Amino acid sequence: MRLIADTLSAHRGEDLIFSNISFNLRKSEALLLTGRNGSGKSTLLRVVAGLIRPAGGRVEWVGSEAETAVRAAEVCHYLGHRNAMKPELTVAENLGFWRDFLGDMSGGTGAPIEEAAEAVELGSILHLPFGYLSAGQQRRMAFAKLLVAHRPVWILDEPTAALDTSAEALFARLIRNHMANGGIVLAATHQPLDFDATYRLEMTGFDYRDMGVGI
Amino acid sequence: MTALLLRDLKLSVRAGGGALIGVLFFMTVVAVMPFGVGPDLNLLARIGPAIVWIGALLSALLGLDRMFQTEREDGSLDLLLMQEHPLVVTVLVKCIAHWLANVLPLVIASPLLGLFMNMSEVAIGAVMLTLLVGSPALTLIGSVGAAVAVTLPRGGLLVSILVLPLCIPVLIFGVSASYAAVEDPAPFLPPFLILAAITMFFAVLGPVGAALALRNAGD
Repeated sequence: MRLIADTLSAHRGEDLIFSNISFNLRKSEALLLTGRNGSGKSTLLRVVAGLIRPAGGRVEWVGSEAETAVRAAEVCHYLGHRNAMKPELTVAENLGFWRDFLGDMSGGTGAPIEEAAEAVELGSILHLPFGYLSAGQQRRMAFAKLLVAHRPVWILDEPTAALDTSAEALFARLIRNHMANGGIVLAATHQPLDFDATYRLEMTGFDYRDMGVGI
Repeated sequence: MTALLLRDLKLSVRAGGGALIGVLFFMTVVAVMPFGVGPDLNLLARIGPAIVWIGALLSALLGLDRMFQTEREDGSLDLLLMQEHPLVVTVLVKCIAHWLANVLPLVIASPLLGLFMNMSEVAIGAVMLTLLVGSPALTLIGSVGAAVAVTLPRGGLLVSILVLPLCIPVLIFGVSASYAAVEDPAPFLPPFLILAAITMFFAVLGPVGAALALRNAGD
């Protein structure tokens, strides 16, 4: 089970955002992206998630068993800046929809929605419309979405935006759990998140500096 | 996929879904027509099928631009694009949901509006039947426009302008089939079958085009 990025580069319009980024993440490993605003963290995550076509290089997923070639995007959960939840629907309807629509990848099962909501400590507000929730609660529920369907790779773009410290600790714990179960995590953050990143990559705009070990 | 269909149907009837706005607009457009044309009942009966069709066409375009834009605004579109379900099928399901929620009510309301236009029973039935068969094509063509304009913040009018010329064949065959049902020498079946063919053609081409546009909208 490996997520491989091979000499990735990406353009935004005419400008090259980053080039020649390679990594190779195995089971239970994490890559933490840091860097100033506009250095290309989100772009790199979106390239890995298959939402932006890379200008060069490729992203590849090698499954554990001899399964037919799957796109890397299909094994990923992507938590972007936006929560991907409908404000008109209740939290339970939102989570239920994603649970049914995403389905489970082989090698794991998602938690029932009650359990996922308990995991982010918001089990009691499943009946409320998503739009009634505070920004922090919405973010937590968006995170619960990662738990309702099993994906080996989590791509997290600023997961802790709008969160208090206790919720940050909660997210870090869930990320550690995911890694302990053999999951792979790619995260971009400003706030230090309390989990043990195997690799760190500091994005510095065009000329990037690789701080990782053994990449 | 059933989950997506159910969610979209639910969204369209919840606050801000705007499924009934189309019906209200349809009624308004058709209801003002007699005031403009005058109280000539024979004239109204003659132009009735065309007016009802044009009203339905414009109302069907009304909510179209939101089909993918709401998904994009809250980030759901990213997740829809990432899944292993073929994007073409996802788009087709969204089209079906959009048609059921926004366009089917227009078809159901069309007999009432036919009465406004002093149309005969046969003409009303023919218009309803042609709308039922032809209106899915409007949604399917529209999905391509909606996908192309998905990244534009005020894409609504642009979608209509992009889509209207492509809808003209649907309008022509829909209206000519409706007229053929009431005017004797013209046969009803040929234009009606062409209308059905157009719908089936766009059921294949529309989602493919829309999926292609969504894949390349990447930002």
